[in-house]
Amino acid sequence: MTSTEQRSGTVAGGVGESPTRPDGVVKVRGEFAYSSDLWREDMLWGATLRTPHPYARIRSIDISEALKLPGVKAVLTHEDVPGENIYGLEHPDQPVLAAEVVRYQGEPVAIVAADHPETARRAAARIDIDYEVLEPVVDSEAAMAPDATVLHPDHGSNVVRHVPIQHGDPDSATADVVVTGEYEVGMQDQAFLGPESGLAVPAEDGGIDLYVATQWLHVDQKQVAVALGMPVDKIRLHLAGVGGAFGAREDLSMQVHACMLAQYTGKPVKIVYGREESFFGHVHRHPARLRYEHGATKDGKLVYVKTRMVLDGGAYASTTAAVAGNAATLGVGPYVVPNVRIDCYGVYTNNPPCGAMRGFGAVQACFGYESQMDKLAAALGMDPVELRVRNAIDEGAVMPTGQVVDSPAPAARLLELVRDRPLPAERAAEADLRDLPGGVSNTTHGEGVRRGVGYAIGIKNVGFSEGFDDYSTARVRLLAVDGEPLVSVHTAAAEVGQGLVTLQAQIARTELGVAQVSVEQADTSVGSAGSSSASRQSYVTGGAVREACRQVRDAVLDLAAQRLDVARAGLELSGGKIASAEHGVLVELGELLGSTSIERIVEWRHRPTHPLDPVTGQGNAHVQYALAAHRAVVDVDVDLGLIKVVELACAQDVGKAINPDAVLGQIHGGTAQGLGLAIMEEIQVSGGVVRNPSFTDYLIPTILDMPPMAVDVLELADPHAPYGLRGVGEPPTISSTPAVVAAIRAATGRALTRIPVRPEHITSTD
Amino acid sequence: MDFLRPTTLAEALRAKADNPDAVPIAGGTDVMVELNFDKRRPKALLDLNQVPELATWTEDDETLVLGASVPYATIIRRFADIAPGLAMASRTVGSPQIRNRGTVGGNLGSASPAGDAHPALLAVNATVDLASVRGSRSVGIHEFFTGPKRSVLEPDELIVAVRVPVATGPQQFAKVGTRNAMVIAVCSFGVALHPKTGSVGTGIGSAGPTPLRAEDAQLYLAAELEGRWNDPKPLPDNVLREFGQLVGAAASPIDDVRGTADYRRHALSVLARRTLAWAWQDYSSGRWAA
Ligand SMILES: Cc1cc2nc3c(=O)[nH]c(=O)nc-3n(C[C@H](O)[C@H](O)[C@H](O)COP(=O)(O)OP(=O)(O)OC[C@H]3O[C@@H](n4cnc5c(N)ncnc54)[C@H](O)[C@@H]3O)c2cc1C
Repeated sequence: MTSTEQRSGTVAGGVGESPTRPDGVVKVRGEFAYSSDLWREDMLWGATLRTPHPYARIRSIDISEALKLPGVKAVLTHEDVPGENIYGLEHPDQPVLAAEVVRYQGEPVAIVAADHPETARRAAARIDIDYEVLEPVVDSEAAMAPDATVLHPDHGSNVVRHVPIQHGDPDSATADVVVTGEYEVGMQDQAFLGPESGLAVPAEDGGIDLYVATQWLHVDQKQVAVALGMPVDKIRLHLAGVGGAFGAREDLSMQVHACMLAQYTGKPVKIVYGREESFFGHVHRHPARLRYEHGATKDGKLVYVKTRMVLDGGAYASTTAAVAGNAATLGVGPYVVPNVRIDCYGVYTNNPPCGAMRGFGAVQACFGYESQMDKLAAALGMDPVELRVRNAIDEGAVMPTGQVVDSPAPAARLLELVRDRPLPAERAAEADLRDLPGGVSNTTHGEGVRRGVGYAIGIKNVGFSEGFDDYSTARVRLLAVDGEPLVSVHTAAAEVGQGLVTLQAQIARTELGVAQVSVEQADTSVGSAGSSSASRQSYVTGGAVREACRQVRDAVLDLAAQRLDVARAGLELSGGKIASAEHGVLVELGELLGSTSIERIVEWRHRPTHPLDPVTGQGNAHVQYALAAHRAVVDVDVDLGLIKVVELACAQDVGKAINPDAVLGQIHGGTAQGLGLAIMEEIQVSGGVVRNPSFTDYLIPTILDMPPMAVDVLELADPHAPYGLRGVGEPPTISSTPAVVAAIRAATGRALTRIPVRPEHITSTD
Repeated sequence: MDFLRPTTLAEALRAKADNPDAVPIAGGTDVMVELNFDKRRPKALLDLNQVPELATWTEDDETLVLGASVPYATIIRRFADIAPGLAMASRTVGSPQIRNRGTVGGNLGSASPAGDAHPALLAVNATVDLASVRGSRSVGIHEFFTGPKRSVLEPDELIVAVRVPVATGPQQFAKVGTRNAMVIAVCSFGVALHPKTGSVGTGIGSAGPTPLRAEDAQLYLAAELEGRWNDPKPLPDNVLREFGQLVGAAASPIDDVRGTADYRRHALSVLARRTLAWAWQDYSSGRWAA
């Protein structure tokens, strides 16, 4: 047997294939256990009392009536927080339970444990809080004014972060054609289907086991430990079934509360938010106001871009600083621009806190710069794709931060791929209602319907940036069970529905040639995997698993050389066998291992990134860039302002499709989420108060709103990344929104500077 | 919470008389939402699902008597010919699951200005049959609604059926929502042409404290159609527009999270124009004898 034959004999279900995901069928059948299904016989139920006021001083809290309710086991306030009453992902500024002031509607003030969830809720409603209601700061621009009320006096001003970037000489640059525009992005919600939930179980050693749906177990663990005043190793987190995340599970929700109640009562405590509560239980996408000025030569070469962006971070910092960093560094898009000035501000207000959501700052910027590219193309009388192609970055391009793009960046090719696809068929004369704007609501039989086509491309950084120590830990163990080799992979990486469990097994199969892989439940008994966000887990946890597998493979080959007394060089592990070119198969892996198991734990880092210069914004802040482009085809009923997206085409470079089906899933899902932002998804906030905290009025796309997709996946390897892969999850969300809006503009001739686009904007009835 | 399960209409009426606070539950697609959100804590639920009289219907040449708990799915499947407006409205309700459970009796019981059955029922002058141990009465649909989520239903009464006149002319229904399925009406409109009487019926949803009729629009159009019934050429644009204007003017909408008052007025005039054009085109096909 030659070594090539051995390789072709490697096990199925490895890298580049699409093995069935273990949670797929059970999820479709409704049998998957989500965190809201957690159960203990003797458990109590927690409930949270939230303030109705966006901004108020707490004069007093009276819990006596709540305590009187039979079945109530604990009523706790800020006075009962055992450790520090403060947490936060980047910048701790948020109380576990509000003490003196509340800064947003829905901020937790007290928590209750009772023997029935309804009892807990009713007890919470009996807590009497005397508030001095204050005038909320609700306008992000006004929040930056010198006379604005400073919401976090320790911070000194309401500006959480200002990111300036200066590149070239934007002040003296002049251009033949100049376009300016102001744009606004509404507050999108992640709208995951599984509400915040978890179960805290007191342990015999005085510690707590917390089962919870989250995106990053270790960052939760650290914050919980600080708030409880306990050593980190006493707080053990276990990942429970996650019903979607999209960034909304990066910040803490019920984690500390459940642990406090469990510690106080000595009983397991479960907390599950209801749907309405969930809208107050997590951060949202930052609303943004964007002002752009683009200057170009007559033949469509960008000369300069100046932009000022204001992101409304709401009441607490959360990840606002990093979101602002992304919006700024990606603020001109995947274009070569010699002269750039960017000023991006993330600010505090009394609006709902905003933080991580798929696309993380890149979404807002992309709506601005892509709207501008269309406007510029119109001013130049140039095809909008042609203008983009002329300015598109490629490998070797210099970003406004001075960072050189050092792996493939096929922006022009992605645009051409979506442009060159055949357009969907014209609308049939007797179209089915479901194919028309309005659907079966029967609002048009074709009257007023105009078609439009729009394009957009977006750029995202993969992984944590600006010098963050971004790593993942993998423990890989190889053993034999009944003579059959088995690999156990253990990480703390959160499977949030993206398919990471499947991917870890694929990597182990490819690296170790073993069919049987068991991916262990994620928990904090192994080192941190970092967050399931920033499109980073395939890269970073994938990298850690690969490296750990390779070390295990080296060890097993060492073992083989030693036991079989053959030369180590030339030995290969493949298809469950140890072989060499010289001798063919030497031994079955299971036989070699016997009762020996080989384990390696690896902490794996991507190459370091660097902070931005605080004045010039220069620096190699990002580890990898990822691109996707969309073409949207829409039918708009211009009289009613109703929209049917007819087709969305997407082209994305993923470096290497580790699991092609999962890649398509991310592209479809991300695109749908971008479509939602374009035409319907908005948390409407007025005076700091949320007006639509339910799925009755926070609308997300249905199957009649999301069209079929045409997808091109490019695999241009990034030499710095494991298998050449490029993060996949976020880019399709970013360009989908502006492509849809561009198509609506093309159909209606309207400027449409705000998203989501409402029927009122199209019919001038706002 | 008590759960009352009568198995005949008489038992149900008795139970309602004895427990006027009991909340009737048919499909439960409104009731269960309210319970879930803790908006209501009734002492008792009165389950109507075992009451056969409410789940049946009778039809003759003139009237479809539709039991209060007949679900939308059945209406769409069976009555598209004789109650086309109501069937079209039913098709716009929620999702397949909601249409399998939700009922016109429940829609009326909730009496929401956004209830999709209402404009269609208004346009055909339907009648609501109510009953209690005290006796029965019939109420014209235009008298049924008394305010937002309020109706003439007495605490001891149940809705037994809706009398829907069998269509003698074309009917249309259209609803605006900001997504293409599963959406509460931003506004909706139903129109019915009655060639035999030369009259026109309308119904407006989600654009006032109750579902409304556009009476001026009805009168205007009936006058315009006089003389055209026997020679149905396409209606001139100005007639369509004027009808649309009058429908928009009949609404008294507000600004809310779902849309602005201006948009609602505007959209109603567009819907009125379009649905009238479709209805008239249908009439011109000769299917409906004058
Ligand atoms: C996801 C979802 C989508 C929806 N979409 C729409 C939509 O598009 N359009 C729309 O109009 N509605 C919609 N609804 C609301 C609801 O489905 C309708 O109002 C439906 O008609 C209610 O019927 P039901 O049989 O389920 O009523 P139930 O919930 O059983 O009852 C509703 C009310 O009527 C009372 N009631 C029921 N039967 C009787 C009776 N015989 N006598 C006296 N009182 C009675 C009940 O006490 C209650 O007050 C939606 C609801 C949901 C949950």
